[in-house]
Amino acid sequence: MFDLHTFVYGVFPYIATIVFLLGSWIRFDHEQYTWKSDSSQLLSKQNMRLMSNLFHVGILGIFLGHVAGMVMPHGLWVGLGISDLAHQWIAILAGLAFGGAVVTGGAMLWHRRMFNPRVRAASRWMDINILGWLVITACFGLLTIPLSIGHAVEGDVSTMLLLGEWIRSILILQPEPELIRNVDTVYKVHVFFGMSVFLFFPFTRLVHVWSAPIPYLFRAYQVVRTKRRL
Amino acid sequence: MKVRAQFAFVFNLDKCIGCHTCSVTCKNVWTNRKGVEYAWFNNVESKPGIGYPKNWANQEQWKGGWELKGGKLELKSGDRKSKLLNIFANPDMPEIDDYYEPFTYNYAHLQNAPLLEATPTARPQSQITGETMEKIHWGPNWEDDLAGEFDKRSKDKDMDGIQKEMYRQFENTFHMYLPRICNHCLNPACVAACPSGSIYKREEDGIVLVDQDKCRGWRMCISSCPYKKVFYNWESGKAEKCIGCYPRVESGMPTVCSESCVGRIRYNGIMLYDADKIETLASTQNEQDLYEAQCKIFLDPNDPSVIEAARTEGINEDWIIAAQKSPIYKMAIDWKIAFPMHPEFRTLPMVWYVPPLSPVQSQIDQGNLPVGPDGAIPLAGTMRTPIQYLANLLTAGKVAPVESALNRLIAMRSYQRSVHVEGVADTRALDKAGITEEQAKEMYRYLAIANYEDRFVIPTGHEEVRLEDFYAFQGQNGFTFGNDSSAGISKTSLFPERRKETVEVCVIQPLSKLK
Repeated sequence: MFDLHTFVYGVFPYIATIVFLLGSWIRFDHEQYTWKSDSSQLLSKQNMRLMSNLFHVGILGIFLGHVAGMVMPHGLWVGLGISDLAHQWIAILAGLAFGGAVVTGGAMLWHRRMFNPRVRAASRWMDINILGWLVITACFGLLTIPLSIGHAVEGDVSTMLLLGEWIRSILILQPEPELIRNVDTVYKVHVFFGMSVFLFFPFTRLVHVWSAPIPYLFRAYQVVRTKRRL
Repeated sequence: MKVRAQFAFVFNLDKCIGCHTCSVTCKNVWTNRKGVEYAWFNNVESKPGIGYPKNWANQEQWKGGWELKGGKLELKSGDRKSKLLNIFANPDMPEIDDYYEPFTYNYAHLQNAPLLEATPTARPQSQITGETMEKIHWGPNWEDDLAGEFDKRSKDKDMDGIQKEMYRQFENTFHMYLPRICNHCLNPACVAACPSGSIYKREEDGIVLVDQDKCRGWRMCISSCPYKKVFYNWESGKAEKCIGCYPRVESGMPTVCSESCVGRIRYNGIMLYDADKIETLASTQNEQDLYEAQCKIFLDPNDPSVIEAARTEGINEDWIIAAQKSPIYKMAIDWKIAFPMHPEFRTLPMVWYVPPLSPVQSQIDQGNLPVGPDGAIPLAGTMRTPIQYLANLLTAGKVAPVESALNRLIAMRSYQRSVHVEGVADTRALDKAGITEEQAKEMYRYLAIANYEDRFVIPTGHEEVRLEDFYAFQGQNGFTFGNDSSAGISKTSLFPERRKETVEVCVIQPLSKLK
């Protein structure tokens, strides 16, 4: 049966991924000038250290957590001696900490973006939207935690395993949307919002994530360019 | 020895009248765009004063430039790791109010206002929000001609170690202008601090540029430049800075600020230097030795071994000739009357300054000041501006070189006065200051007459060595909001569109109305 569920959890992930990858590539190729973090710290510095660090550290933690817990093969963790129940508790605690940081920092940043006249005036429509979208996504993520705690208390890890299996089914190009047809709606909404972030990614300032300046750590301080053909 | 050529400047502060023509021409050419209304690649400060942006010279506050950490040169704001750890919020980043909130005036209201009892006024409006500003609190030149209270002005970092109270009194006050641009340093901190590696020094002429495509807006350069001469364009999200007017310089023309200088105080020329010595000399232990250290990095363009080495590096013959005729070399090395600003920042800046003699003629006429043997020219130590102040600005506080320079400037005047007024050449002052008659004549030609050909010795860039298609870059220009020379507005673009092109008071909707 092909219905909305099948589309959203069987087809949409591929649309989002293709737009994410292709869009980023085209933008990088054609619109280098628009490829930037678009910082507004010059316009308002107040509380930025707190807000921005909470948000960024939180979102990086969440991203890495999702990759570790749900994308890496399940067998890896079992092999390392981490039981599924322990896995779930770690996910709950890490999600609570990093998700809480994202929601707190993100909400503060969003408030600043909306109500600081200077930052607002310098904001594009998409700047406001994507920040709001990320915060909402993280909120739904936090809303799944009470359910997960409930499951964990009963020793039930099936939802977590199903979600992980579904993600891996998508990644190995054998989508099985039926796996998560019966999980709680909150999880499904969170997943939908999360996938949409990838869909919007190339059209927002999020592209700066691709350019995380790690090579800086290994670079000589001074950069000299020459016009001469070497 | 690795010979490199550097496009360098000398500003003769003795002749700066603070007219701001340099700032205005520069602004009209390079920063009359949205996002950089507040940015002045060239500005002129009234000194003593805290300057633009506020207190820029105080590196305890801004953490700009370099320092020695355990004998090793390191960015004052921290090493690479700390840069990345602080990348989400740069703790040393200035805020727009440290410069000033850019504003224009609602001129349209003067014409559009309905019939009124009172004359309509053009009220200031923020160029960021478009809203009416009740009061302008700060501007690009707020301390113009010693405006404002002495208490605030004297927070000037260069007043450190000077008996301030004495200069509070009107009779003792002193004043000078300080025009500032990017120093196109030999050891630039902005380049070193850029996480994406988008800022670079050009090997051919040493001009420091920001690759607008590669800049990701991590804004570490803004805080790391101790002169605060890299600006964040809040519209484009990119760093922008003085580009040394490279399109002009490559064509053999002086920079806009130099060309338009009414007082003819600006000199453009080539210096040859040894790039292998940068790190060693910038790491000189004692701050007060940094000026002399930087003098040592320059190479004598008449030395055959230097010429040979320059040729090996692929430096063109006309560049070597330009280096030999360089007005910068004459002033900085031959006559030792020009100094780098704040050498203690350890960036090896390449805009050098001739210190000003304070105008005290009326004091001499009234017999209030001691004079030299000619009975007309004052002594360096009795000028209005304390030498210590100039030394704090130019030699990290070391008085002797600045005093010697002032003495040479005075000696040149004394000599010329004797020739033109007495009709007899009196070389007593020259002998004391350690310059020859020949040098004094040349100094007079360069400093007083300041002919165009003497001020600007600029060899053309050699595009032919790299371009295959000479027309490929035709029509391209410097800063745009978009690719190449497009206006950056394309309605069909998938990617974030530009906002309004510029804030025009007559069309902008105040936020209050939108709500």
